[in-house]
Amino acid sequence: MVGVSPDTIKAEAHKLEEIVPESVIKKLDGSLLRVGRERAITREELSEIIEGIKQAYANAMVEPGEAVGTMAAQSIGEPGTQMTLRTFHYAGVAELNVTLGLPRLIEIIDARRAPSAALMTIYLKKKYAQSKGKARTFAQKIEMTSVEDVVLQTETDLINIVFVLTFDRSRMQRRELTPSKVASTIKGALKADALIDGNKLRIKPTTQSLSELRRLATKVRALPLHGVKGINRVVVKMEGDEYVVYTEGSNFSEILTLPEVDWTRTATNNIHEIEAVLGVEAARNAIINEAVKTLDEQGLDVDVRHIMLVADMMTTLGTMKQVGRHGVSGEKASVLARASFEITTKHLFDACVHGESDRLNGIIENIIAGQPIPLGTGSVELAMRREGEGGRK
Amino acid sequence: MSVEFDARQHVLVPKHEILSKEKAREVLERYKISPHQLPLIMSSDPVVKAIGAKPGDILQVSRNSPTAGRAIVYRYVIEE
Repeated sequence: MVGVSPDTIKAEAHKLEEIVPESVIKKLDGSLLRVGRERAITREELSEIIEGIKQAYANAMVEPGEAVGTMAAQSIGEPGTQMTLRTFHYAGVAELNVTLGLPRLIEIIDARRAPSAALMTIYLKKKYAQSKGKARTFAQKIEMTSVEDVVLQTETDLINIVFVLTFDRSRMQRRELTPSKVASTIKGALKADALIDGNKLRIKPTTQSLSELRRLATKVRALPLHGVKGINRVVVKMEGDEYVVYTEGSNFSEILTLPEVDWTRTATNNIHEIEAVLGVEAARNAIINEAVKTLDEQGLDVDVRHIMLVADMMTTLGTMKQVGRHGVSGEKASVLARASFEITTKHLFDACVHGESDRLNGIIENIIAGQPIPLGTGSVELAMRREGEGGRK
Repeated sequence: MSVEFDARQHVLVPKHEILSKEKAREVLERYKISPHQLPLIMSSDPVVKAIGAKPGDILQVSRNSPTAGRAIVYRYVIEE
């Protein structure tokens, strides 16, 4: 018996598009064509396979009324108990401090404003990514440098009321700075006069008082000379066939506007920054990526679907909301559901003040009320149309 | 020296499209819902601004899904 041609296989597989997602069809295409090239599959066999796939896909689908949220909570929570609570100062890139394990996972789910160890991965445009020198120069350019970073020592001369800086030559050279450049920055930013004295810089406050001198000293030390605000340490690393710049500290919006940066791939682990610069959908992807990465690093295998559900819940309202009192749980429609989570009295009191009513639509409300919950088989109700109301006789 | 970047071209951003009035109605009818039951997106969202969507529009987002290959979801544009 002669089998069907590869073209028919393709056509048949693509008829499934309405029912089955793209990834299934791609897989099916690949494996069927491998066997089907020698016309080894007959028409009956092909339709049997396709029928089987339809069946298998329907069986694998989550049933209506399934408690997916509870399942996700348990599926992320249980492996979470096995995560190490300690934060190690290591992850892929040596030298950079990265939050790992449970603390990081909590950070992601709580949608913290700023991660405890912000980290950016900056990809460079081709021209810069291929040469180590150019990548280094770029890294040097964005690293935040303050006066403190380039001086050997500082003195406060109380007799003449001057603040004296002694520069570190090699550090100055590496950052392409000269004493005169530093002097002009100081003069421009602060109310002070700066005099160059060989390798030293003598800074005189405009008002000659000791308290003014002290105030000036702290200001001068922290004065930024160049670099991008927030980028504290920079590491250049070879990855694949290109140089990638990792930074401690993050400033997504400013880094993306630099001409050397490949802004289509550059990322940060500060999800709030991603939301502000790239939108909610990107934030959703970032939540998923970060959570999966954190779990993977600990060797825990959690199905992405659970994480995707969490990310969806966190972003459905258009902005990122944490899972907790100030987000997903705290903004539920039902008073009783909110009250049963945290700060019970406040929720009940506020509901009384505002005259809220509870329609008892959710799970928690119905448990409180002692009724069957709208979940699984409980989500189905019998409705009947009586005779004369459009029902049949 | 700074460069303009387009949020739409970042790897993290899936494709957003504004649905026509008819298409939007079709979607709502298919799921038997009102627009506010859809996931929302702010009118201040960078991507919404980039494609010029207005509050009241429904966006079709074609996500790259690790499980489904491509997944289509809808978001309703709301005012901030």
